[in-house]
Amino acid sequence: MYSALLLKKDDPTRDITLLDRNPSDATYGWGIVFSEQTLASFEKADPASYHDITSQFVKWDAIDVHYRGQVVRSGGHVFAGISRRQFLNSLQKHCQTAGVHLRYWTEVRDLSEYPEYDLIIGADGFTSLVRRTYEHIFQPSLAVEAAKYIWLGTRNVFEAFTFLFQENEHGLFQAHCYPFDTHTSTVIVECDEGTWRRAGLDQATEADSLAYCEGLFGGMLSGFPLLSNRSAWINFTTVKNKTWHYRNTVLLGDSVHTAHFSVGSGTKMAMEDAIALTRAVRQRRDIETALADYEMERKPYVEGIQRAAQQSRSYFEHTRRYFCLEPLQFTFHLLTRSGRISYANLRLRDATFVEQADRWFADRAFQLYGDGQTPSVAPEPAHTPLRLRGLTLSNRLALSYPSLDAAVDGAPNDRHEEQLSRRTVKDAGEVALLLCEPCAISPEGRITPGTVGLYRREHVRGWAGLVAQIHKTSAAKVGGVLVHAGRRGATRPRREGLDRPLRDGGWMLLAPSPLAYTAAGQVPKEMDEADLRQVREEFVCGARRAHEAGFDLLLLHMAHGYLLASFLSPLTNRRTDHYGGSLENRMRFPLEVFAAVRQVWPDSKPLGAAIPATDWVKGGWGVQDATALAQALQGSDCDLLTILAGQTTLEAQPEYGPAFLTSYCDWIRNEVRLPVMATGGLATTDQANTLLAAGRADLALLNPIP
Amino acid sequence: MRVGLGLPTTVPSVNAELILNWAREAEREKFSTLGVFDRLAYDSWDPLIALAAAASVTSRIGLATAVLNGPLYNTAALAKALASLDVVSNGRLVVGLAIGARETDYAVAGIDARGRGQRLTEQLLALRTHWEEGQPGPRPAQSGGPRLLVGGLSDAAFARLARYAHGYLHGGGPPKLFARAAEKARAAWTDAGRPDKLHLWGTAYYALGQEEVEAGSRYLKDYYAFTGPFAEKVAAGLLTSSAALREFVQGYTDAGCDELLLFPTVAHLSQVTRLAEALG
Repeated sequence: MYSALLLKKDDPTRDITLLDRNPSDATYGWGIVFSEQTLASFEKADPASYHDITSQFVKWDAIDVHYRGQVVRSGGHVFAGISRRQFLNSLQKHCQTAGVHLRYWTEVRDLSEYPEYDLIIGADGFTSLVRRTYEHIFQPSLAVEAAKYIWLGTRNVFEAFTFLFQENEHGLFQAHCYPFDTHTSTVIVECDEGTWRRAGLDQATEADSLAYCEGLFGGMLSGFPLLSNRSAWINFTTVKNKTWHYRNTVLLGDSVHTAHFSVGSGTKMAMEDAIALTRAVRQRRDIETALADYEMERKPYVEGIQRAAQQSRSYFEHTRRYFCLEPLQFTFHLLTRSGRISYANLRLRDATFVEQADRWFADRAFQLYGDGQTPSVAPEPAHTPLRLRGLTLSNRLALSYPSLDAAVDGAPNDRHEEQLSRRTVKDAGEVALLLCEPCAISPEGRITPGTVGLYRREHVRGWAGLVAQIHKTSAAKVGGVLVHAGRRGATRPRREGLDRPLRDGGWMLLAPSPLAYTAAGQVPKEMDEADLRQVREEFVCGARRAHEAGFDLLLLHMAHGYLLASFLSPLTNRRTDHYGGSLENRMRFPLEVFAAVRQVWPDSKPLGAAIPATDWVKGGWGVQDATALAQALQGSDCDLLTILAGQTTLEAQPEYGPAFLTSYCDWIRNEVRLPVMATGGLATTDQANTLLAAGRADLALLNPIP
Repeated sequence: MRVGLGLPTTVPSVNAELILNWAREAEREKFSTLGVFDRLAYDSWDPLIALAAAASVTSRIGLATAVLNGPLYNTAALAKALASLDVVSNGRLVVGLAIGARETDYAVAGIDARGRGQRLTEQLLALRTHWEEGQPGPRPAQSGGPRLLVGGLSDAAFARLARYAHGYLHGGGPPKLFARAAEKARAAWTDAGRPDKLHLWGTAYYALGQEEVEAGSRYLKDYYAFTGPFAEKVAAGLLTSSAALREFVQGYTDAGCDELLLFPTVAHLSQVTRLAEALG
């Protein structure tokens, strides 16, 4: 309707007809929600309908989270709601005034019945007939999401966008509620399929479902009942299309793209489509070119919203995972779920809420890890302490250094000392933990000839000097990382490019299976029992030396396609003994190494692992595997995990961006309840605070800008 | 941050005299680098010929391809041509490469556009290998060959950059967009554990003077016509005043850009000095 209106007003000589299968006064659903910032473009596109619609808005600025019997409110968010019926009525009126032909009760069954039209717009929702007609061109992907939801209403007028969580013997239910006029609110009730079946909702009538939901959330509705409008339990379908137009036919709105309701963007996106389509048609003489323009313009924006919506949907599908969080943190986590709002943003919206969250975080940190005395002004989460075993870190910031490839026979030198002298982060001062470049446990375990090592006495002396120097001149603690390069060894320094085999001076490579990393790379030796025993022993000796050299914390490198990582991944481990095949088998060797190291690494010092969240390759290691590994490590008294990803094979298709590994970190930390150090595209304290306050990580590992 | 200047080899009505004078003028005005575009199916010069010509009339100013459509070229021949250019210019070459956005270029060259991402990745490694080994000759003037910059906005572009290149070359846009791309480049770089410096370059368009602004805008809409609605956006981003230029330069500096290439949109020689004056 909006596109009909805009196209007609743009050029009144156009003959525009709207075909709707429903009667003119029918509507499904309840209310529509907008965030105010998005409406300026609507005012510009058509002031008359804009003013009419916005004058009927109910507006509010708070979000309420009902959790564990508490309500946590945060403000400064901007929302506007309107009933679907009123919204459509307004648009109808404006269409009629403009001269759009509105034909109701008209089912379109076959597009070929309308050859006289120059342009056909399929705004017919996610089951779109128009899309199905040219499916082979549009190439839709329809992903039916896992959760069940039902769209209801109530006369209770909520004061805020309200999230309700209720657990019972069947499982967890959540509700998304918001007002949309002076006497009605939308209530969307959601749960996973298992819960839905256990509750008997798969067999329930409309009335039964209402009664069940009232049983869950009745207490929050001020005595008002829940209302249904032919509502049924459905799954959300995420719609994407390869192409959005064909000849004179174009898709718009839900027919071509949907985004989970939890980001409240469906109507907004459809209206923006209409604006872009009208502009494109105005600017181009040729319809097909106009439609191509429209698609090219809208696709990037829509894809951005769909990405955020996926994060949000995923959050609501797994909310249970976060039930270990306290109310303020749980709320902070919910508010920052889509990645679009940071700690600093939230502070601008509601300083009081963030201060409360800071105070809660700091109190707990100082209680658990400090002297129990929080400073009178609660510091930001990044500046609170953390204790792992006997090691206390004065803040949650760590720095990681790229391998200089500057060692000779594994010995660290002045260049490493100089690198480690850079310990401060802009706006945050000195970090609490310095993570040295990975140290090889043997000469063959080196990545390049310049990789540092911990396999000779001389190395112990070298590192001891460096570590002592840092301990003497600052409060920073020093972490070591032990690595065996596996099939990525014997390569040229990384400034010459990655994984380029040495022309001479190379050495034999070890791996679980004889698979070279690159086409031109050396085929590694498939490790036998003797090799496995030796490497295990080398890790143990490396750990002893690390302790001798004074390292405060140690991590074993099980990621990035090095030796231990290549045991984990089915892409690189084709063994048929008990170190290959099933997940349990593939984890066996890395876990054996960890257990062996744990025996000799002092009880007072934390021991952790850098593990892969995903290979970024179909059929490779994934986050569920990572969770299993994390659980197993936890069983072996692992104190800390760093979550990495990719580089297992060259086929990896990484997804970069700021904080690009955060969602994996979040998943593993809260599923397994083990302290996690987040890394990957982290550069600012705001990012660190956002992760920490939301309970996604316990430490933030930043990379200094080279 | 250094500021370089584009050669107007893709602007209509350009002749040899103008290009050579442009290069001389740019060096005189102390711009850091001369940049060229690469577009096959368009009324434009071959970028390497243009840089060779510019090299012959200058001695200090850098020379950069911004960017070559790598997969359109035979790699060994390209390695030779670029090495030769590096020798001809006494080691002043920087090579920017990308997969090229225009299907017509591939069609005209008779090269399959599919798989071009993978081909570019392989090409980067191959170029370095050729230059290091001096096979096929000549050996470039710069040890190991000229620096490689990769362009593009996909994750794959950042991944190949971190694997085999020395830096990133952004295709244009306001400082905010550059900053976002730079952030991804850094993320990929540090994820790959590169210890060496990540070079960050940007590009932008300018036109100074009333009629030049109109002509420049028309030129951009034509050059970018294949992108549909983006042509308008690119034209809207044209920098047309000293104030706009300085603000833009500051924005890029703040975002960590090492070198910004400003490309002309009209082929009037006076645009060189006018730009130098506008930048102050």
